[in-house]
Amino acid sequence: MTVTRRSFLAGASASAAALAAPAIIGRAQAADTIKFVSILDQSGGLDIYGKPMVDTTRMAIDEMNAAGGLLGKQIELKVYDPQSTIQFYTQYATQAAAGDKADVVHAGITSASREAIRPTFARFQTLYFYNVLYEGGVCDLNNFCTGSTPAQTVEKLVPYTMNKWGKKVYIVAADYNYGQITAQWVQKYVADNGGEAVETEFFPLDVTNFGPTIKKIQAAKPDMVMSALVGGAHVSFYRQYAAAGMNKSVPIASTTFGVGNEHKLISAEEGDGMICSYSYFEEIDTPANQDFVARFKAHRGEDAPALNELAARAYEGAYLWAEGVKQAGTVERMPVIEALRTGISYDGPSGRVTIEPKTNHALQNVYLAELKDQAFNILEVYEDQPPTDTLLVCDLVADPNQSVFKFENGLEAAGIKI
Amino acid sequence: MDLVAAVGLQILYGIANLALISLGLAIIFGMMRVINLAHGEFLMLGGYTVVVAANAGVNIWIAMLILAPLVVGVIGVVVERLLIRWLYGRMIDTLLATWGLSLLFIGLVTSIFGASTATTISPPLGVISIGEYTSSAYELLLIGITAALGIAVFLALKMTNLGLVARGTMQNAEMASALGVSTSRIYMITFGVGAAVTGLAGGLLAPVTGVLPTIGSVYIAKAFITVISGGAAILAGTASASVLLGGVNGIAAFLTGPTIGEVALLLTAIVLLRLMPRGITGGIFRKSL
Repeated sequence: MTVTRRSFLAGASASAAALAAPAIIGRAQAADTIKFVSILDQSGGLDIYGKPMVDTTRMAIDEMNAAGGLLGKQIELKVYDPQSTIQFYTQYATQAAAGDKADVVHAGITSASREAIRPTFARFQTLYFYNVLYEGGVCDLNNFCTGSTPAQTVEKLVPYTMNKWGKKVYIVAADYNYGQITAQWVQKYVADNGGEAVETEFFPLDVTNFGPTIKKIQAAKPDMVMSALVGGAHVSFYRQYAAAGMNKSVPIASTTFGVGNEHKLISAEEGDGMICSYSYFEEIDTPANQDFVARFKAHRGEDAPALNELAARAYEGAYLWAEGVKQAGTVERMPVIEALRTGISYDGPSGRVTIEPKTNHALQNVYLAELKDQAFNILEVYEDQPPTDTLLVCDLVADPNQSVFKFENGLEAAGIKI
Repeated sequence: MDLVAAVGLQILYGIANLALISLGLAIIFGMMRVINLAHGEFLMLGGYTVVVAANAGVNIWIAMLILAPLVVGVIGVVVERLLIRWLYGRMIDTLLATWGLSLLFIGLVTSIFGASTATTISPPLGVISIGEYTSSAYELLLIGITAALGIAVFLALKMTNLGLVARGTMQNAEMASALGVSTSRIYMITFGVGAAVTGLAGGLLAPVTGVLPTIGSVYIAKAFITVISGGAAILAGTASASVLLGGVNGIAAFLTGPTIGEVALLLTAIVLLRLMPRGITGGIFRKSL
């Protein structure tokens, strides 16, 4: 057989059409459902945070689908488990953006994981939600950060506890960017309120023997300890602190204890009296929250884990995005971003959560609560708190073309005086 | 003065803590030259035994001192029979197999109990004061138990018939076998005892640490460094390496901070292994147990 130019062209165009066909079919299918991708650690050291978040995300999507979906379409939830490994985060982020062509991705627990994947979503123009409390400072049009930041929690917790316990504060924190920057916020708010941070100590995440530090705390004689410790190994601190009888004399305040349900991991007598601050507690006494907790228990069954800010905000984050889609009338990225930035709000279990357009962060209620018998008793509620820390350094209204993390090198580098 | 006493006690506790988490690994490594990468998970299983038993209403002392070593010891024997005995003399294969085993244990415990398990136990015993400093009486007890455990292992190896046979197998397995010793049985018992000691350690630490499926990974590195730094002799190696590394870590952590404390520990181990590649007991105390 001789190949003439005509037969070659005919064959080539036929095979080109065949190659193109799956892509066309793929796109047609994509239009039938809305793609919601979630990338959260369900194994490895961070699973105590990730698993409840996946549970509530699933519950939110199930509820939306049962109510007829969004814009008349069903939402397809795809969940990836990056196994507490940053490398898998970047891999799944690329898969979600380029492979799955996700309409929205809700992902990341640690700040390190967020910083690993945020540029990927900016590059592929995939709408990205980060629903975890963190140190503040992300300024990215494409990224909505719905969790609480230190200006919302630390700023309330520090004056309240200093007023109650005294002005000499000893700070213990986890040794990575979250702990370091949060410790700087604590130092700042302690100084702003006329107190003294007598010592700040950082702990690698695998430290389990806190004996030397407890002796140093006894020698420094502070009025209170402020903890930004993170993860399973650091739970040892609270136990050894109580074993040395210190919890009776020098009380602890924290904006990290409880968010991995640590208050269930230590016994009642070890934890009693600690004061913590988050934008959500399972014990919030409102009909909306009691209903949410009951639905979660029904959804997840008897062995449902305790709910915390991460789990509640993963749920509310999904609904905030849905509100944006409803208002925009489409799942297209830019219309949804614009709709969200009109100051959309959602009334969830934690109360009202409103998108703040200058920072793409959230106005939210902040609660102070005291631990008693492995449960939190709400002491104070501060409604609609703005993310003033990020507002100091970020204005997406004036300059929307930003995709940076302002606190990458600490607060002083960002021009904030401690 | 009070501060010196309080910090001294704290450093002693740090040393005992290191010895406690390493002893089980040292028994298995010293006797069988098997590196058990699932060691951290044996500790974790000991902790879970205590938490589950205490939540079910079992007396905490019974749970810690009897149930934890028993349960993990039995698991150890099963693991040895099903997995380890096929791999004797194949160091790399054992490493891989026990690593897989550690992942399996983490997965199993996570799927049974979830990512975290609520606990009701807190350290028994009260608080002791040294001047204006306070320490946990439980820490003092742990130091005592660690010392007692070391003495018990010493006596078992030195005084009993089984200990004699075990030491013989350790020195020359083929010769022991030729003399009619069932080395396979000795290995099984050794692995079981090593696992039981590890389970006891995990159980004893349960009231002062967090008990999570992934907590083993926190211990494994330190246990390893201690055992490798100590060298082949089970007791002298573990004891000398614990004193050195635990002491350096405790002093550095108190003087500077926990980050430098960890760095000092690792640096000491590196320098030590550079000078004595076979560990402390490869260089000095060579004839010891």
